[in-house]
Amino acid sequence: MTSTFSSVAQVRDGLKTLNYLADDGIAGVVYLAQRLGKPVLIEGPAGTGKTQLAKSVAELVGARLIRLQCYEGLDESKALYEWNYKKQLLRIQSDKKSDTWSDVHDDIFSDEFLLTRPLLEAISAPDPVVLLIDEVDRVEVETEALLLEVLSEYQVSIPELGTITAKQIPMVFLTSNNTRELSEALKRRCLYLHVDYPDLEREKEIVLARVPDISKNLADQIARIVRSIRQLDLKKAPSVSETLDWARTLILLGVEHIDAQQAKETLHVLLKYQTDIAKAAKELSVVE
Amino acid sequence: MPAIDLMSGFVAELRRAGLPVSLTENLDAMEAVKVIPIEDRDAFKYALGATLVKNSSHWRVFETIFEVYFSLRGSQYNIVDPSDDQADEFWRDEQDQAQQGQGEGRGAGGGGLEALTPEELANMLMRALMAGDQAMMRALARQSVARFAGMEPGRPVGGTYYLYRTLRNLDLDNMLAKLLEAGKQTPQRDTSNLEQRLAKDEYESRIEQFKKEVEAEIRRRLVADRGAEAMAKTLRKPLPEDVEFMHASREEMQSLKKALFPLTRKLAARLTRKRRHGRKGALDFRNTVRHSLSYGGVPAEPKFKYPRPAKPELMVIADISGSVAAFARFTLMLVYAMQSQFSKVRSFVFIDGIDEVTKYFKATEDIQEAIHKVNTEADVVWVDGHSDYGHAFEVFWERYGKDINPKTTVLLLGDARNNYHASQSWVVKEIRKHARHVYWLNPEPRSYWNTGDSIVGEYGGHTDGVYECRNLRQLEGFVEKLV
Repeated sequence: MTSTFSSVAQVRDGLKTLNYLADDGIAGVVYLAQRLGKPVLIEGPAGTGKTQLAKSVAELVGARLIRLQCYEGLDESKALYEWNYKKQLLRIQSDKKSDTWSDVHDDIFSDEFLLTRPLLEAISAPDPVVLLIDEVDRVEVETEALLLEVLSEYQVSIPELGTITAKQIPMVFLTSNNTRELSEALKRRCLYLHVDYPDLEREKEIVLARVPDISKNLADQIARIVRSIRQLDLKKAPSVSETLDWARTLILLGVEHIDAQQAKETLHVLLKYQTDIAKAAKELSVVE
Repeated sequence: MPAIDLMSGFVAELRRAGLPVSLTENLDAMEAVKVIPIEDRDAFKYALGATLVKNSSHWRVFETIFEVYFSLRGSQYNIVDPSDDQADEFWRDEQDQAQQGQGEGRGAGGGGLEALTPEELANMLMRALMAGDQAMMRALARQSVARFAGMEPGRPVGGTYYLYRTLRNLDLDNMLAKLLEAGKQTPQRDTSNLEQRLAKDEYESRIEQFKKEVEAEIRRRLVADRGAEAMAKTLRKPLPEDVEFMHASREEMQSLKKALFPLTRKLAARLTRKRRHGRKGALDFRNTVRHSLSYGGVPAEPKFKYPRPAKPELMVIADISGSVAAFARFTLMLVYAMQSQFSKVRSFVFIDGIDEVTKYFKATEDIQEAIHKVNTEADVVWVDGHSDYGHAFEVFWERYGKDINPKTTVLLLGDARNNYHASQSWVVKEIRKHARHVYWLNPEPRSYWNTGDSIVGEYGGHTDGVYECRNLRQLEGFVEKLV
């Protein structure tokens, strides 16, 4: 099932059937990305569903997801393509006599000896794909430049072969945890989407959709407590995924209604720093 | 106004506000607008945002400008005069709905909202806030602005004045307490501490939302009166990194604080990278010879020493008297947030007496708490609690001067407004003799330096440089240079 979206509402409803609850901003940008054929750069705190968005969109449009996990030291041969050196050697050593120099030369730099890496794979795929470039802020500024040709022209230049242009324009999602400023050139080529912690209503719906067997009451209470905790001055505010973990924990413990004591005892699921836990526990049990 | 003119005016205003909008981004926005109908205001806003704003901290500024330029689009955003028939009907409808929703017969008997006394209006607002009734809150916001703000066409007053007038009439300051009180009296409510705390947060956010409605309404009216361009100019707010420390409002302080943490992370990442990928060091003879063995003794591959630039030792001496306190707090926060970039950090604060506060930062991981302790517990007042740089420096030299060594970088923070005391600038001169570098950071605009009782020039002559640090951008630039 490959589909083109016809409206923002369609995107939102479609994602909802896959249990991804998008707000207006998210749905709008996804819709726009498909209509304009532009990559989307998603920024935001960890654990707010940036990567999940790409996965859900891939599922929604019925496309294959190709993922490039970025890390420091990522280079061309890991991101774009690499020549299969061993196979080339074998080719040269087999039947030496019959081949002229130019035959061998042309032959060993052909598709057969090319190892495609995620970016090239996404460009040359005949079937619809969604390309996810995860945590793009981890690569060095110089490596970022590798992405530019792919992102703006949807093509890859290989000196020995020429330019490979995309057969169809893939949807591209880049995620960033904002550990460093991305280059202007990269930002300019992308639509920008900032995914923040959801508001109360949305978080409640997310909990309801993602945690089976949870009561409305409990979900409401969880969402409200999490909102209160996020307002505190913490080292690391609880993310959506941590909220979901907490909800699951409470379900396992058979809690129907959270009181201060239970909240305090399970806070470590939600918060990962001792100082944060102490602060939240103090705040939640006292009214100023 | 044709759409293209409106768009280009909008983009021009974004640029004037300091957002870096490039030509291609502008074109993208135009493309985006084509596929999104302008009637769907939220989608329209996000479409423009996604193409024009590439930094989340700029979003607020973008939102304000968007409101100003596009708040008159769409039928439900028409400005209606409250005495208008149609409007009257609208109010009545809203009110009827609200009352039906609450199942109550009370009210002004169909006379419309404008027939209510201010007290009744406030009561109604309270009920709407209790119930979280959005439509009612919006209607009330409009009505209260129309009634209390006292807006007159052409009056050259900013939006904040009207906001203040409106909120004062509604007694919004005490609303939270009233809501909490009312919440307690409802019998079926759980009254545990946790529940109360949650209720309080809920009410706070609703009141905040109501305030925003009021602000938006005032803006809409002002735009209708003065036109989008003039309005955008008066509403123009600096980006978080351009907010001046010395004149930041409470709200701006909050956004500054929020901006600070990611900034330190980015700065630290950049510096570590810079350190690692810096220039190669001198030739490593031993290593080269070792590697030459694999080439049969020919030193084919020269090896270089891995450069290890020393991390500086830092001493921060900050004036925390009223006028520059915010600046000192920020710089201390920034410095401690990136402690790992320095081999050692010591900090001192003074007004007319001086005290070392390193221990507060050592004792806790929480920088905010440490800052709070610095403000409340440090012993910085000697005589009268007015800045006396001279005395503070003298005492510093006496007590801690011997700790300054050639690895130390000393940062002096303050506006050097010495209240005409003796400057004792010889201390700075001595410090410079012993330390690696001495820098002075001044939060005042350069044009104010050396006016009145400011003697930054006298101190500055003995330092390696005086830097203007009025906002986060300048502070960031300095720290990067320092490391």
